[in-house]
Amino acid sequence: MAAPQFEVPKLTGYIDVPAIKPGASAHVKSFPAAAPIQEAIGFPGQLVDDWHDKAIAKMGDLLGRYRSLQVFMDACVHCGACTDKCHYFIGTADPKNMPVARQELMRKVYRRHFTFAGKYFPSLVGAIDLTKEVLDDWYSYYYQCSECRRCSVYCPYGIDTAEVTMAGREILDTVGIGQKYTNEIMGKLHRIGNNLGLPGPALEDTLQGLEEDIFDATGVPVKLPLDLEGAEIMLVTPSADFFSEPHVESLIGYAKVFHAAGVKWTLSSKASEAGNFGMFIGSYENMRRAAMRIRDAALDLGVKRIVVGECGHAWRVAYSFWNTLTGVGHGGNDPFARQLQQQLDPNYPAPQHICEYTHDLIQQGKLKFDKSLNDHRVITFHDSCNVARGSRMGDIPGGQFTIPRDIIRAVASNFHDMQEGTIHEATFCCGGGGGLLTDDLMEVRVKGALPRMEALNNVVQEKQVNFLALICAICKAQFTKVVPYYGFDMSMVGGVHQLVSTAIQLEVPEDAGEETEATDD
Amino acid sequence: MSFLTVLFACMFYAAAAMLVVGLIIKIRCYARTPAPLKIPTTPAPTTFIGVRLRMLREVTMFESLFKSNKWIWLFGFMFHVSLLLVTLRHLRYFTEPVWFWVDMVQPFGIYAGFAMVAGLSGLWARRFLVDRVRYISTPSDHLMLALLVAIGLTGLGMKFVAHTDIVAVKAFILGLMVFDLQPMPADPVLLVHLTLVAVLMAIFPISKLLHAPGIFFSPTRNQIDDSRDRRHLSPWAAKLESGAQTSPDA
Repeated sequence: MAAPQFEVPKLTGYIDVPAIKPGASAHVKSFPAAAPIQEAIGFPGQLVDDWHDKAIAKMGDLLGRYRSLQVFMDACVHCGACTDKCHYFIGTADPKNMPVARQELMRKVYRRHFTFAGKYFPSLVGAIDLTKEVLDDWYSYYYQCSECRRCSVYCPYGIDTAEVTMAGREILDTVGIGQKYTNEIMGKLHRIGNNLGLPGPALEDTLQGLEEDIFDATGVPVKLPLDLEGAEIMLVTPSADFFSEPHVESLIGYAKVFHAAGVKWTLSSKASEAGNFGMFIGSYENMRRAAMRIRDAALDLGVKRIVVGECGHAWRVAYSFWNTLTGVGHGGNDPFARQLQQQLDPNYPAPQHICEYTHDLIQQGKLKFDKSLNDHRVITFHDSCNVARGSRMGDIPGGQFTIPRDIIRAVASNFHDMQEGTIHEATFCCGGGGGLLTDDLMEVRVKGALPRMEALNNVVQEKQVNFLALICAICKAQFTKVVPYYGFDMSMVGGVHQLVSTAIQLEVPEDAGEETEATDD
Repeated sequence: MSFLTVLFACMFYAAAAMLVVGLIIKIRCYARTPAPLKIPTTPAPTTFIGVRLRMLREVTMFESLFKSNKWIWLFGFMFHVSLLLVTLRHLRYFTEPVWFWVDMVQPFGIYAGFAMVAGLSGLWARRFLVDRVRYISTPSDHLMLALLVAIGLTGLGMKFVAHTDIVAVKAFILGLMVFDLQPMPADPVLLVHLTLVAVLMAIFPISKLLHAPGIFFSPTRNQIDDSRDRRHLSPWAAKLESGAQTSPDA
């Protein structure tokens, strides 16, 4: 860890609301995307000449296409309920990181161009013209929002800043201002099939290596099949699972669960990425294009079920949007949807979260665990924002909170929740979501993690917690990088299916000859 | 007929027209704008009835605001409930004979006038005392509160300080409703009170008061969490599938 170029917040034991410090994080700007990156995903390579008119036209277009944006632009009364809810505000004290102020960056321009009051009495209602400085502010602060939707829980009108941030980024992209990190990955996903740019043969090698590792550790020939036609289940997982630590430990966990269930499953080289950064930039077109890979792969392989690995925003896109975007789901009565849906097994939800899948097997008594293998761990669970507030698991509202915790309790004995107000729907983002997981934004990532770090520190102090269980690839990468700034060991970060992997008992084939238990560490 | 009567009659007809036409335009805009994606803030109800109940709790009890901030909830709830009672009390100026339940509301409506001003004062105080709220407050936020407080104070003034001729006021209002103009009493406090109410009506559809109709159209609150079981497709998104268009904004 290099010495930080900024002051890392001190943990106090409490999540304090800071006094505002205007401009405190105005200097934090992520690297802009170069022309080839922009053009690869359908945006101008640099700021277009008529950017003002184009931006206003795009805003009008989005207002006409998204009811959310139209209502959210009008409904805010500046009550202040959201002002202390954003982790980036709590961490940076910059008032433009208060959700209402972040929305106001756009609302001021909206008023000026689309409302009577703003056209004729701009100073009265706080309306301003769209200038280059305003665009710069948009770029700074719309890339200091992780679209985690915590503010939307607390807004009396349900105003969701994520919708405004997405619109802001879409407008910026449309006039030629993009963010390098997100847009480069978007292009890789379109071109190669996953965010890491891992081509099919490399993926095959990696999976073979993992099979060997699992066999060496357990003596059980657990397979990670690729492009297996006629498999019942296709697993779509974030590509980080293929070789990042600790992500890969969860992938091993999924494979062991499938093995124990005795199901014929497969990964796909075409759909080798669950993540979909199209959501982050508010681009319906890019999001749809990326999601179509999953539909195509499902049709090619003829699978009956689609299961999604541990990834927060991916699960939101899969759970909430896939049915709309690509027909992955049920209940469609149009030819496009039916083509796929008549192939999918109606007895299972489509798509299904890996936690739902494992949980079902646990309920049916089909998995055996030795909980004592996790006894060296004292575990807490971080609700990922997109799972908590943008999706569901199971049949009842809130299943996304109980199901992962039920799994943890089934495979381990020491579990403690973090404090109320920082879990379930009130969970704090890890600080790296929404397209912010890039080193050029390290300052806001570290500061934005502050409320989560406070809550974590409290259970570390009081309950001796030494394992932070996650169900999101971005959370895993973010925390691995950020917890050391707050004095924690990065090895405490891991996945829920890593815990499953540790405790699951697999039958060792007789010819293997020796008694071996599954362990991952 | 006095100039004053004609002036106020015209003012109210104009204000009512702006309120109604403005709201129709806005509501039609909200209703016609598609919500292409399922974005309920979860955990969300999985049934239509559940969503109705969520919305009912939201508009009658300010459920989300209660989770958020007890002070804003207290002042906001106090103001809105009081405003409702005061408005119901005022129905006696519009009905003859007065409906029995409007009669029953009268005593509550009187005290609600005080609670309304108190709630507004609390909300206004936050705009000065809390640095975060001070930062986001615009001149129009203060003016809106000033307008509402002034309406409340002038109303209370006519009840508790200097009575106005409410029989004549009622005759004027009943006349307005059937386009039969009756003399408007020339009580300055009343004139201020009514003028401010007319202003409030007129600016309703062009100000943040749109939060009232807006919440019913808020996708994070009014959508059912059933995205895996029902395919949700907006007209412009459906066109992408038919191949009629390759770009959503083409």
